[in-house]
Amino acid sequence: MFERSKIILLVTVAAIFVASRFSSHIDPYYYDIILSIGINIILAVSLNLVNGYTGQFSLGHAGFMSVGAYAAAMFTTYASGPFLGILGPLGPFLSVTIFFGIALFLGGLAAGVTGLLVGIPSLRLKGDYLAIVTLGFGEIIRVIIENVDALGGSRGLSVASGYTNLFWVFATAALTIYVIVNLVNSTYGRGFLTVRDDEIAAEAMGINTTKYKVLAFTLAAFFAGIAGGLYAHDKQFINPEGFNFLKSVDIVTMVILGGMGNTTGVTIAAVLLTILPEWLRHLSERPWLPHWIAPLLANRTIPYSLLLIILMLTRPQGLFGAPGLKRKKA
Amino acid sequence: MACWPSRSTINDQPSTHLIEFLQQLINGLSLGAIYALIALGYTMVYGVLRFINFAHGDVFMVGAFAGLYVAPAVLKLSNGGPSWPGAFLVLVIAMVVCAILGIVIEKLAYRPLRNRPRLTVLITAIGVSLFLENFGQYAFGVDPQSFPDLIGDHAITIPAWCGPLTDLTIMVSQVLVFAVTLFLLISLRFIVTKTKLGMAMRALSVNPVATSLMGINNDVVISFTFGLGSALAGAAGILISIQQPSIDPLMGLQPGIKAFVAAVLGGIGNIPGAALGGILIGVIETLVVGYSDRLHIPSGYRDAVAFFLLILILLFKPTGLLGRVEREKV
Repeated sequence: MFERSKIILLVTVAAIFVASRFSSHIDPYYYDIILSIGINIILAVSLNLVNGYTGQFSLGHAGFMSVGAYAAAMFTTYASGPFLGILGPLGPFLSVTIFFGIALFLGGLAAGVTGLLVGIPSLRLKGDYLAIVTLGFGEIIRVIIENVDALGGSRGLSVASGYTNLFWVFATAALTIYVIVNLVNSTYGRGFLTVRDDEIAAEAMGINTTKYKVLAFTLAAFFAGIAGGLYAHDKQFINPEGFNFLKSVDIVTMVILGGMGNTTGVTIAAVLLTILPEWLRHLSERPWLPHWIAPLLANRTIPYSLLLIILMLTRPQGLFGAPGLKRKKA
Repeated sequence: MACWPSRSTINDQPSTHLIEFLQQLINGLSLGAIYALIALGYTMVYGVLRFINFAHGDVFMVGAFAGLYVAPAVLKLSNGGPSWPGAFLVLVIAMVVCAILGIVIEKLAYRPLRNRPRLTVLITAIGVSLFLENFGQYAFGVDPQSFPDLIGDHAITIPAWCGPLTDLTIMVSQVLVFAVTLFLLISLRFIVTKTKLGMAMRALSVNPVATSLMGINNDVVISFTFGLGSALAGAAGILISIQQPSIDPLMGLQPGIKAFVAAVLGGIGNIPGAALGGILIGVIETLVVGYSDRLHIPSGYRDAVAFFLLILILLFKPTGLLGRVEREKV
């Protein structure tokens, strides 16, 4: 009745549900890191669809994340009264679940529409130009949010409701991986891969390359938006600076470390790169370290940037490589 | 970035409008001259290696800090007071430091990737840029530092017979910036068109295989190009510090991006184009900010102006203003 992948998804989600019942026993510090891991998995796996499978280099993922974060946060702030009133008879648990689900979906939708609007013009460009233009759009989104008073401007926005929990984060992460793995193995997935491997040949075979690029871009933006919604209701405070160019680079680093076009690798890389800065911060507090080395470790961007350079010089295919990855010479 | 002095008193006399416009134009030109110097580095590197050197804006920052550290020693020669020969010496030292930095970056980070896909090099460049910014924060400190007054900057007194033009504020530093930029542009023009290395640069940008067959050492030429471009960025770093004497390790970000936009606007790979683009971007930015009230654009959008322009250029005229003149390519 069910395909194997669907059964795996259902079992995973059920396991996450059971595990989330015990989340109150986890130390709040570790709990926070675990939630960040899940959110980063969603971001990295979705960006991998664009940067890895479709071979387009986007540097503006944090921009879409911020659209989703703000959209979902505005929805739960202003619509909680009427919605929770209508859903009230279903009991507190179900009504909150449905309400937050709608909020996340709307956040994803807002980001997806933004992705579509950004993708249609910019995906005519290739390579480093596309990277710069997506960077530009990401920064424009940030500057716009900074200048809109209703969104809190550069002061940031407080989110009253902390709906995000272990279940939401990891169920969404599992769903993201499920959708993207299945998509890549479908007819559409072949489309993405052909665009990456040889765009000219793909066009010659009658494949509408623009359609596949825009589709990948929009879908990635949608999931980034959901991740943003989860992030907003986890931290309960968002500000535009949190979604700047550096955040986009963080996500790109995860994709590159895991291996572009390798979902398993990217998932592992997202876990590693979320833990790494925390581990380095702990390491920097060791008393036996020379005093000049501690700030080098505590500032996570220095190790991150060195990691990027060394990775590109020694292992550009990432830690786990990419199955069948053949890049066209630019 | 600090605000430019601008005339805020607006009345209905046409001459005041004209004076205000001229004032904005002067401010825009001296800002644009600095963008032009940085843009030349982008365009020259793109010309020989066909990739965007993301770290170029940060080389500019290192130039400013090199000036900050040598300035006290140099000014001691003139008993601590401002001196023109001292300023010149600081400028030259910063240019040399940046040239060495540029050559080292190319040798360590970009040369091993010479035959790899362009995206690999782009990612490395992002890594180098992040490293310079964050290592700069570690080495120079996060807080802005004040740059010593090298030339005793003051407003030029405009003779009374100029009539309403006496209302203009022209700083000595603005004239200096323009004069130095003009001198460097002419020298660059000479190097590129009249020397053997310049000819090798132009040849390399047309066909690197042919140049190596003709007995030209491509590595030397590429190192030279990086050194030249980085020296110009170093000069720009000193010039901007004389105009806006507050420098910090992230000061290279925005000018770097704007200079890149300038290079694309002028037609990337084209030297006169980069100079023209830099001036245009400086003037446009100053005018948009200066007239933001009347254009109903909040001045907070200042940093988005360049990105918006970039996106428009790439979508409608990706070759830039002068991009078609292949012969001029370096």
